[in-house]
Amino acid sequence: MEPLSWIEIITRVLLQFTPVWLSLVILFVLSITYKRKLGLYGKLFDSTIGMIGFALVMFWVFTGIFGSFGMIVTHDALAQVSGMKNELPGAPLPNPDEGQYPYYLFGGDNLARDVFSRMVKGAWIVVQIAPLATLFAFMVGITLGLPAGYYGGRLDTFLSFLANLILAFPVILLFYLLVTPEIVETGIPSYMATVLFVFPLVFVGVLLNSRYKTQPNIRAPLLIGVLGIMGWLYLSLISEIGSKVAVLPGFLDLFDIPSGILVVFVSVVFVNSPTVFRIVRGLAMDIKTRDYVAAAQTRGEGPWYIMLWEILPNARGPLIVDFCLRIGYTTILLGTLGFFGLGLSPESPDWGTTINDGRRLLQIYLHPAIVPALSLLSMVLGLNLLADGLREESLRD
Amino acid sequence: MGLFILRRVGVMILTGLCLTFLVFTLTNLYPNLEKLAKTQGNFRMSDEEVTSFLERGGYLQPMVVKYGEWLGVLPSYRHENADGSIQGRCILPGQAPEEAPEFCGVLQGYWGFSTVFKDEVGSIVATRLGLTGKLMFWVMVLMVPSALILGVLSGMNEGSKTDRTLSTVAITTTATPEYVSGVILIAVFASSAVGLKWFKGTATSAMEDANFENFFLPVLTISLYGMGYIARMTRASMAEVMTAQYIRTARLKGVSFPNIVVKHALRNALIAPFTVIMLQFPWLLNGVVIVETLFNYKGFGWTLVQAASNNDIELLLGVSVVSVFVVLVTQLISDIGYVYLNPRISVS
Repeated sequence: MEPLSWIEIITRVLLQFTPVWLSLVILFVLSITYKRKLGLYGKLFDSTIGMIGFALVMFWVFTGIFGSFGMIVTHDALAQVSGMKNELPGAPLPNPDEGQYPYYLFGGDNLARDVFSRMVKGAWIVVQIAPLATLFAFMVGITLGLPAGYYGGRLDTFLSFLANLILAFPVILLFYLLVTPEIVETGIPSYMATVLFVFPLVFVGVLLNSRYKTQPNIRAPLLIGVLGIMGWLYLSLISEIGSKVAVLPGFLDLFDIPSGILVVFVSVVFVNSPTVFRIVRGLAMDIKTRDYVAAAQTRGEGPWYIMLWEILPNARGPLIVDFCLRIGYTTILLGTLGFFGLGLSPESPDWGTTINDGRRLLQIYLHPAIVPALSLLSMVLGLNLLADGLREESLRD
Repeated sequence: MGLFILRRVGVMILTGLCLTFLVFTLTNLYPNLEKLAKTQGNFRMSDEEVTSFLERGGYLQPMVVKYGEWLGVLPSYRHENADGSIQGRCILPGQAPEEAPEFCGVLQGYWGFSTVFKDEVGSIVATRLGLTGKLMFWVMVLMVPSALILGVLSGMNEGSKTDRTLSTVAITTTATPEYVSGVILIAVFASSAVGLKWFKGTATSAMEDANFENFFLPVLTISLYGMGYIARMTRASMAEVMTAQYIRTARLKGVSFPNIVVKHALRNALIAPFTVIMLQFPWLLNGVVIVETLFNYKGFGWTLVQAASNNDIELLLGVSVVSVFVVLVTQLISDIGYVYLNPRISVS
């Protein structure tokens, strides 16, 4: 068979993404139709930049999700097909089996794996980890930043000192110190996970408790239910048989995170949370002087109610914008970890690792490194544009 | 002002001590030491042999004591071997124990010995830092002026077409981490697949003899990522200044637009970017590690990677101390500079 021409490659790639295009069209039609009823999210569709960013981000989100169900991908991301080593984009398989996709759309890498499928699978890793890690970092930052800004004083000095301590570390040095096998062996990342992952529980617990303090008949069952489920999830997340933290017996353990992923996750959360802490602290210091906070204090509301139900909702604008930017930053950090071969397994299809694999032969073969590099670039660019659009629209109020 | 600086320096020293202790603890955990023993001795050491090796080196003392010795505030550990000879950290090979100094730590200028490069840590760090200094200097030369020009041009007419275009450029460069832009730049300008071959894809030869051909790509790669951020800060600050009353007055007075920008707006608009540029140093350090690995330029960042991946404890400690020091000093300078440049802020 002849190799595909560039036009054929593009057509085939576009066809391969059909489910993503369909979802994007449906999402955009629905959102634009009902944009007046959707609050800030709807306002996003008034700004062109925001829409472009949102489309880029959702493209990768849908690609990741569909890719994880085995759609879009043309080959197994780990399978090696002999004779396809470093083949150029559009190269045909030498002797394809029945039902096997007959081309490597974006060529093969130096282990004869399909670059296109690895790109799609890499999207799934980013889409899974980056938003979740950012969310955890926000939980930690908010839970510590609100009291630091609201109370001030010694607590503030102490917490700010800790945050500055972590911020003064060059990120890569921190990664090298936390993600090496020797450190993982001592269990430090597991202990850090144990501490860091408590914060969502604390956050939700305090949030609900302060809201329903005056209605004991709702508060007790709600807290028991929510914290029970979250506690179980928390314990199954941190405990792993054979690691240093094995608190749950195996039959109660809902899921196991591969320890490499857990370490990466913990270090990314750890690096991000001090910055979030500083932002939240600054916002809290600013907002606590407003009249509605004074009104709540006069009403006799507790400090946590004021922090979580008066200050936090009013700080949401900058926080949402920063959330988008931070997901992009987390994506970059994940790529950095992959680039230095830290944490993730060497054959993992995530973008950082594939860029690192591909760069060795960059002088001769471009495609194995360029494809994941452009993917990462477009995803982070989308997030930055989205944040920009959101900022513009939220300032307009 | 003096008191302010004094307090900041105090906090800085405290932070530095905490951070070095943290790094010291993380690099001196038992698995690391075990690996060190096995790479220094042999890989088939039994557990007892490992313990006795570590015992002789004084590695099994409490962490705080070891940290004190490394810092040079506690007398260094000495071990009497079975044959009566004495070995210790301060006693160099071939030196009599009586002549060796009692304290040898960072404060005395002794940084330890690198197991990978077989050389004194102090001299390795100094040479590598010099190479990285060269890289950083050219990065600054390229990055700061272009970022400021980009920011001023887009900020002086907010919302105009120039602004839109330049802002998009700035956003794109902030969205491109070094390992992406580096790969793309090498692919376009240095690979034989595209065939432009304007520049070299490695910077190894730039260590002795840096020229445009072998040094421009690494410099550009680091600059791009930081440039977008500084440009956006400058743009925001410029746009804010341009709405101020005194600019309107100048306009009504009939001052020409270029004159307004250069003589009236620029000085006030550059206060915020100054802090940002100083705070970019820690980020540049990250960029340096990535770019030096990517372009095989054997500077400070490359040494960090080598030390960390080869479990070279003392070299890693030295590298960490230097990088933490750089970060803290730039923070201090940025704080002082901000107060100095902005007369509205008083410290007392």
